[in-house]
Formats: sequence, structure tokens, C-alpha cells
Amino acid sequence: MKFRNRLFGLPVAASLALVSGIAFAQAGETVKIAFIDPLSGPFANIGQNQLKSWQFTADQFGKNAAGVKFEFVPFDNKGSPQESLNNLKAAIDQGIRYVVQGNGSGAAAAISDAVSKHNERNPGKEVLYLNYAAVDPALTNERCSYWHFRLDADTSMKMEALTSYMKDQADVKKVYLINQNYAHGQQVSRYFKETMARKRPDVQIVGDDLHALGQVKDFAPFVAKIKASGADSVLTGNWGQDLTLLIKAAKDAGLNVNFYTYYASTSGVPTAMAAGVGGKVRMVAYSHNGVPGVVVKWQDEFKKKFNDDWYTHATYNGVAMLVEGMAKAKSSDPVKVAAALEGIKFKGFQGEVEMRKADHQLQQGLYISEWRKADAKNPYSVENTGFNFQQVKAIEPYVASTPTSCQMKRP
Amino acid sequence: MDASYFLISLLNGLSVGLLLFMLASGLTLIFSMMGVLNFAHASFYMLGAYVAYTITQLLGFWWGLLLAPPIVGLAGAAFERFALRRVHKFGHVPELLITFGLSYILLEVVQLVWGRQALNFLPPESLRGPLFTIVELPSPGGLSLAFGEPPPACQAVAGASCTQFPSFRAFGMGMAVLMLVSVWLLFTRTRIGLVIQAALTHPEAAEALGHNVPRVFMMVFGGGTALAGLAGVIGGALRVTEPSMALAVGAVVFAVIVIGGMGSLAGAFVASVLLGVLDSFAVGSDRSLADLFGALNLAVTPATFGYAVWSVKISQVAAILPYLLLVLILIFRPKGLFGTREG
Repeated sequence: MKFRNRLFGLPVAASLALVSGIAFAQAGETVKIAFIDPLSGPFANIGQNQLKSWQFTADQFGKNAAGVKFEFVPFDNKGSPQESLNNLKAAIDQGIRYVVQGNGSGAAAAISDAVSKHNERNPGKEVLYLNYAAVDPALTNERCSYWHFRLDADTSMKMEALTSYMKDQADVKKVYLINQNYAHGQQVSRYFKETMARKRPDVQIVGDDLHALGQVKDFAPFVAKIKASGADSVLTGNWGQDLTLLIKAAKDAGLNVNFYTYYASTSGVPTAMAAGVGGKVRMVAYSHNGVPGVVVKWQDEFKKKFNDDWYTHATYNGVAMLVEGMAKAKSSDPVKVAAALEGIKFKGFQGEVEMRKADHQLQQGLYISEWRKADAKNPYSVENTGFNFQQVKAIEPYVASTPTSCQMKRP
Repeated sequence: MDASYFLISLLNGLSVGLLLFMLASGLTLIFSMMGVLNFAHASFYMLGAYVAYTITQLLGFWWGLLLAPPIVGLAGAAFERFALRRVHKFGHVPELLITFGLSYILLEVVQLVWGRQALNFLPPESLRGPLFTIVELPSPGGLSLAFGEPPPACQAVAGASCTQFPSFRAFGMGMAVLMLVSVWLLFTRTRIGLVIQAALTHPEAAEALGHNVPRVFMMVFGGGTALAGLAGVIGGALRVTEPSMALAVGAVVFAVIVIGGMGSLAGAFVASVLLGVLDSFAVGSDRSLADLFGALNLAVTPATFGYAVWSVKISQVAAILPYLLLVLILIFRPKGLFGTREG
């Protein structure tokens, strides 16, 4: 079946290109993109939402400058780096040349390595990897790869932004760190300690916990520990269920602290927060539900269509960047597109952004937002809770930008 | 601060331990009765949570709590009657394998029917708030308990530390204790309990006296899985209702019954509470072997050989402590804390 499709596909694409008669060899093509992320297990709700987000974004870009259509093919990596490699192999076997993945820096590092090796060994069959959410700085520093492009902001950038806000908060005196025990969580803890020691040396770190990713079902013992530490703020890079359950346990025990988070907008967390949190919840991210323009317009359409929230706005920048790159390269061949994407400036959902040539890290502004009741100015209702994220500080791209140690090997 | 931390950690540990006990009691009953190690036991726990979720959507939580355990029990009894009994004559290994297979089937069935995502299964409205608040005022205030929401003193007094204990946790603990008492009464005070005990040790003699021993087996299996179902209703609402919930408790329940002694209800109780409290305090402790050496006046610095091992905090290894205890018990007391048979 697959074989027959491919046989028919080639002449069809070729004749379409002939008929259209324009210089764009890729026009009229359908570009298949492998979506490798958890679609089952503790983080399934996030993967499912993001799969919808990608396809939704691609459909919104129906008529675009490059004249291509995008089709996302889902692969369930169950959150594991090992499974991700199997998925990647299956995708390559199906002739897919583009990969998107985001949940888990462990899986991201595995995919990035595997893609580099594959491309070296199989000239003519190169694969391009868009990382839309894995924020371990190593991926654009010591482990950087020519075929890896990051759309999210890495932890060094987010920490720079978050601490530039926290240093001005007089009520931040004792901070408790609780993170998932893998690359991302460890980096959050490390970068926070480094950056805060520089900006506010008087702030005490009263706890620094790492727990197994997606395994803890009862955070009550951790919350008791946070309480006993006398912390006034909790800093966490947790996402999905690991944050939902932490917030729930904090509410049950009546923990009265402010939360500084990366991923309070991910599926499930808003519902838990709407039930009540002792203190405020603030989030550092490259976006929030109040960014004017595309976000405000599209999130309503997304809600109408799926009764779900579009919070991974990197999908917009991902598709916009590919469209721009393909139009510039006049091809959908990953080799040409990768070359075109280096240093490309394009219009993202928040304005103009740049894919830095040195390390393939998108240079973009960051926002600190706070979880509050929806009002006339910010009417959007996240997860139909009547609450949303409201901007408290915007950080310019040049402030959020951090240097890189990447020694890019170009083919 | 320390006193209220100790108290809340103890309560958290007890509540986890009692939930474990609800699961382990059914498993150990089935084992002591039939010699079958039911690998699908945790799957019945998961089934209980999912069935209760569906009933909760239709009729409300209390009906879910009431109906889900018997439904799961019936499913368990049917499995015993139509599958397990048939392989019984081939010995223990096929019995083990068929329950192993069942755990996979149940997992897939649950994913087919309810999907792969976590469900939003919540305790009933009336049990969502705090049952009581532990208030610790700076000296000379001391420790006190206040029922319901935190008292005004929590806001008014600087340095006051207030920790709430959720009603639903307490409710789950109550259910476990109720269950323990009723199972114990059933075994020691009723006729049916006597028959079960007789069939446990002398099945041929009980059969010769006219008791239907296979039916007793079916009832025990059904009863054991119903208890797992009940644990599922509590566990599902207290934690998360998702397909991996069986996996999350499956292994530790086996550790509980081995530590407590295979087939011993009292052993299961002591071991569950022990593991629950151990976990709760281990997570909260940042001590390491390096601290222990330090206390013994042996200096351990980052330059010391094997520092990476010595400096591991207890909280980091909390998750493997049950299995460490399991291995130690198997080495030094293979029959378990309260077990009666060797090996």
C-alpha cells in the first residue's frame, strides 16, 4: 500500500510542479512531518494537545508563500528517549524528512544525536529536527547540532528573564527548588542558583529537591517538607502531571507560597490552579494567552474547534519558519532548507524573531505572566476556568539572549 | 515547626500506608487461600478507579464508592470461575502466567474504553476541604488542632505555621481501618469465616464435610479483588486515575506482602504502614551517609573516594527503600515479619 502510494506520488508531484509552471519546485507538495512526543502515559494530555496545535497551525497556514501543505504524522514516544529513537527510525523508514519534538530534554538530546549521525551516514536522505519545547541549554551549546533548531527559549534565557523579575520582588527571601530529576530539572536548579547568587545574593535557597519524572503520584510529603523549610517561594520547572499534582497537594495542605514556574499553562495545571493556590502563580515563557495579534485571534478558533487551549505558540513560529525557509530555498529538501534557516529573520506570532546562526537558538522576547481572574481587558478563559495569565513584565530579546559556546559543525 | 512537620509527615505516611494495606490485604488473602500470586491484583485496583469514575459521572461519588467494588469483585470472581479454575490442575506456574496475562488484557481494555489520558476523578464536594488544621504558634503557643479551615490565628500571629490535613485523606484512612476490622470480624466471628479458614489449611477435610471448596475459592478471589477495587476508588480520587496507576503500585504491593509475610493479614497491615511512614519521612530527609560519617568524626569531603555515593540524600533514594527492605527481609527472615511458612 505504502509502496504504491509512493509510486503514484512522484509523478503527481512532478506533474503538479509542471502544471503550476513556476520556479518553486516544492509548490503543491505535501511535506510530512513526524511528531514524536508522549501520546500515552502521564504526559499524554500534553502530547495530544500539542499534536492538535501543530496540525491546527499547519491548516491555518493553508495558503502560504512556499505553496506547500504540511501533514503531521504522530508517533508516541511514551516520554522515553529510547522509544523516541525507535520512532525516529520508523519515521525515516516512511520517508519522512522533518521531525518535531519537545517534551523532554532527554528525548531531545537522543533525537538530535541520532539525526546528526543519520545525516552523516545517509547523504541525500537528511532529516531536519525542530525542537519546540526541550530547554536544556546543552542542546545549543556543547551538544549543538547543525540539524537541530530550537523554537523555545532555553533555561539560561528563561532564568535570566525570571530572575530579572524576582530580584525586584521584596517578598522573595527563601526559595525552595523542586524539579524533575533529569537534564531539564537539574539545569533549572543549577541556573537558578547561579543567576540568583549574582543578582540577589541575600536570597536563601532553603531546599533543592529532584524527584523522578512522572513517577510521583503523591506530593504531600514534599509539600510538608516545603512547609517545614519556611519557604516563601517555590521555583519549579515541572510540567504536566508533575506540576498539577504539586499544586493540588499544596492546596490540600494549605501551603501559602508563591510559585515561580515554567509550564503552568500546560494541560491540567490551569484546572488545578483554579481550585485555589495559597499564593500567586507566575510563569516565565516565550508567550502567554494575552500576547496581542495571532495568539488572541487563534486561541479562540482553537477553542471553538477542539474545546481545548492553544498554549504551545511555538507551533506558529515553527510552521512560519519552515514556510519562510522553503520559500527562500525554493525547495523542501532539508539540506537546502537547513541552510536557508541559518540566521533567518521571520515574522513570528509576537513580531520579528531571528534563528541565530551560531547555535540555532531562536532569539525572542520573554514574558512573565501571573495567574489571575479574567477581566474585561483579558477575557480569555484558560481551560474554561474563568482565569488566565496576565502579563506582569516583558523582557526584550536582547535582554533574554545569552551567549553560546556552540562550535557548529556544518556539512 | 518541627513538631507540626513530624505530625503531618506521620499522618501522610499513615494515609499512604493504609491505602497500600487495602490493596495488599486482598492480595495476601488470595495467596494464603489459593496459593496463587495474583499478578493482576493492581489491575483490579485500576479497574476499580475507572469503574467508580464512570459511575461518579452518572450517579455521583457515593454510588461509585458503593457499586464499584462489587462490580470489580464480580469481574474477579468470574475470572476465577472461568479461567483460573481451569488452569488450577496444571499447577502454580500456569496460574501465575494467566494472572500475568490478565494484567496486560485489563490494561489494554481500560485504554480502549477510557483512553490513554489521565481522568479528572475528584473526591466529592463535601470531602474536598481540610478536615483539621495543625496550628503551631511560636513559643509559648505550642501545638494545637483546629477543625475545618485554618483559624484566624494563622494570619494574625507572625511566625505561626498552619498545615491542613485534607478530609478525603482522612476518609480513605477511615475506610481502610473499617475494612480491616470487618475482614477480621468476618474471619473470626462468622460461620463463613470458619469455613474459609478450614478450607485454607485442610481443603480435603472441608470438602469431605460437605463444603463447596471451589466456591469458597471463588468467593475469596472475588472478595480480594473487590477490596482492590475499593482501594482503587479511594486511590483514584486521592491521586490520579490513569492507565499507569496499576504499574505505580503493583511492585510495591508485592514488597508489602513479602515483608509482612505471605498470607498474613496482620503482616500486610504492619508492612504497609511501615513502608508508608518510611517513604514519607525519607522524602523529607536531606541526610546522607556523608553526614553519618561526619557524626562519627570521619571527615568526608568531595575529594573522598566514592563521594558521589556517600553524598546521596535519603530523599533521593526514598523510592528504592521498600525494595531494599524487601531484599534484607528475604535474606534474614525469608518468611517475613509475621509469616508462618518458610520461603
